[in-house]
Amino acid sequence: MYNPMYKSEKKPDNTASKLSTGSLPGVAKRHRSERMFKATGLIAIAGGLLFLLFVLVSIGISGIGAFKKTYINLPVPSTIMQQVLDSGIDDADYYSLNRKALRERFPDISGRRDKRALYRLVSAIAEFEMKDQVVELAPTTNAPITIKFTASDDVDMYIKGTVDVAESGAAGRLNAKQVDLVNTLKQAGAIEVGFNWGFFTNSDSRDPELAGIKGAFMGSLFTLLVCLVLSFVVGVMSAIYLEEFARKNKFTSFIEVNINNLAAVPSIVYGLLGLAIFLGFFGMPRSASLVGGLTLALMTLPTIIIASRISLQSVPLSIREAAYGLGATQVQMVFHHVFPLALPGMLTGTIIGMARALGETAPLLMIGMVAFIADAPSNIMDPATTLPVQVYLWADSPERAFMEKTSGAILVLIATLIAFNLVAVVLRKKFEKRW
Amino acid sequence: MKLRSLIIGLTLTASVATPALAGDEIRVVGSSTVYPFSTVVAERFGRMTEYATPVVEATGTGGGMKLFCSGVGEDTPDIANASRRIKDSEIEKCAENGVDEIVEVKIGYDGIVLANAVGSTLYHLSQRDIFLALAKNIPTEDGSLVENTYQTWQEINPSLPNIKIEVLGPPPTSGTRDAFSELVLETGCKTFPWLKALKDTDKPRFKAICHGLREDGAYIEAGENDNLIVQKLSANPTSLGIFGFSFLEQNSDKVQASFISEHEATFENIASGDYPVSRSLYFYVKKAHLDEVPGLAEFVKLFMDERAIGEDGFLTERGLIPMGEDELETWRSSVLSFTPIEK
Repeated sequence: MYNPMYKSEKKPDNTASKLSTGSLPGVAKRHRSERMFKATGLIAIAGGLLFLLFVLVSIGISGIGAFKKTYINLPVPSTIMQQVLDSGIDDADYYSLNRKALRERFPDISGRRDKRALYRLVSAIAEFEMKDQVVELAPTTNAPITIKFTASDDVDMYIKGTVDVAESGAAGRLNAKQVDLVNTLKQAGAIEVGFNWGFFTNSDSRDPELAGIKGAFMGSLFTLLVCLVLSFVVGVMSAIYLEEFARKNKFTSFIEVNINNLAAVPSIVYGLLGLAIFLGFFGMPRSASLVGGLTLALMTLPTIIIASRISLQSVPLSIREAAYGLGATQVQMVFHHVFPLALPGMLTGTIIGMARALGETAPLLMIGMVAFIADAPSNIMDPATTLPVQVYLWADSPERAFMEKTSGAILVLIATLIAFNLVAVVLRKKFEKRW
Repeated sequence: MKLRSLIIGLTLTASVATPALAGDEIRVVGSSTVYPFSTVVAERFGRMTEYATPVVEATGTGGGMKLFCSGVGEDTPDIANASRRIKDSEIEKCAENGVDEIVEVKIGYDGIVLANAVGSTLYHLSQRDIFLALAKNIPTEDGSLVENTYQTWQEINPSLPNIKIEVLGPPPTSGTRDAFSELVLETGCKTFPWLKALKDTDKPRFKAICHGLREDGAYIEAGENDNLIVQKLSANPTSLGIFGFSFLEQNSDKVQASFISEHEATFENIASGDYPVSRSLYFYVKKAHLDEVPGLAEFVKLFMDERAIGEDGFLTERGLIPMGEDELETWRSSVLSFTPIEK
């Protein structure tokens, strides 16, 4: 009988078989069909790789801009610094002062409309940036200083070349006048493009130039931690009990059929379940990553149980018999011998389940995790979103600059998944070596 | 052994990391039309004050009201956004669950336009024209329905140009579509006396007739993305598109809005209510939470600030059409004294 456990590592010696069977009838035809099959397989793999490459490259190209950010360096003359000192560094009206600094830089701008256009060159948090930088410098004299402002998303897109300049001189939402101003700043060397650390250290924002993934990343981390602890422990334990200890009767086969069915249930159903049980019955807080983790654990449990049972089944009977032969009890046999052997397979199942949980948004919609949450969660009870939810929310936003942020977040999500799989491979290899 | 310590370690980490209490941040739910404005104020509020940034969820107006009215307490929302006024049935439902004092806040207006590319014919439409152009089945004067076979605008109304009917608009899931159905199609529908009477006797049938759109290519569902509709209009000068006023304002170099009932879709006309296809945006505050949830009163105050919903406020930059000065002043005084809705 063919046993995959004893599959030879060596490849069959093709030349020898060809020599001995070359003259038999139909052999040429059979070889041709074999070559055809191999070629088809190769084409399939190459096609798959090509699609993967295409996806990665297109997301990479559109997402690379998310990691760069445009700044505008603006001089703050001594007249304004005097006003800061007069009203106190902490209490100055930076809302008016940063606008005044912009007007001083372009003294020939007049009229309400043009002034508003000028103010829109910097981001919505210009006043806070100015305050932070002035407070840090703690000036004692009214000597002029330079403040580094984050450019608005429209300026950012123009500098990065995301938007085309129309015949009228306008670029995207910037009108011709604003484009002129930006070009003046650029020629004066006041525009600076740097690495966008904010993309990793900020949380969600409605201003694309300020939005970052920290909140979503932390949310994903907490959610997955809860999900992993619960689903791995419960999943592996149920698999061991069902496979090794439970009697085979109608009841256990009923359970088995149901577990297999649960693995195919659409994920939104688990969201409804989570809403009814965790929020409705237990009264847990809405949007918390604890609830998200619990809900996703329900979803991943069947996957883990099925994978764990299969890997338990694949442990050869001889191992069990040897353990019994040495006088081990059933529990000793399972936990000392079968379980460690089956663990690599269980880990693979868990990683597959976790990867699915990491990419899930639908169940989270029902429990309030698809929301605008600007503060990063610091524990599993805080309101949180996850990375795929962030991608979804940004892709839906009207501001065009969110397009590159969306792709950037996808890149981070993919990188996280790859890291995940690497850890799984390393863990698996480590456990495999012991046997 | 290693695995056992790993499991124990993970379990311990999880149990230690569990704090005692949930956060006491402000919770906002409701309309996806108000969501962009609410989130901007929430973010600013989080940045300006020492309070946590409010959590804003877009659940739709109806879904938001349901959550809002589910009771008083830490696990219920503090604010419900709405792209329409609260219904009497919702007020009753709220009262049943102990939410008997609700403060109503109007934040401004949202207009919906029917536009085409700059340079093509400017339309002067009435709601009846639009209804007859887009309805799946059109009513006759004697109370029966016939299939809509109008091909050009001129067939409907001789004063309109002889151009093929083609309108790009949002899908049924969109709030813009809801408002369009209600403000344009229903109004056009009601110009037929028997349909107007039908609204009181058989509302579901009235809705089915008035809200049903053609599926023969005259009305094209163009997705939720208004930016996309604007781009398609420039590429195709004979079609009209339905989208929010803020997109018209930002693309005024590319698209022009049709006059509806002889009113142009301008900032002033929408604010004064002359332009018929506009709706008011609201949010509702649970008065019982004002003393319980830290920062709730300040959040409402920031929303009512001149810098937010005033004429030059940061919300107008996001496409909100502000109220006139007098109206704003009236609302501000009633809101800031937190006077609940009278039943």
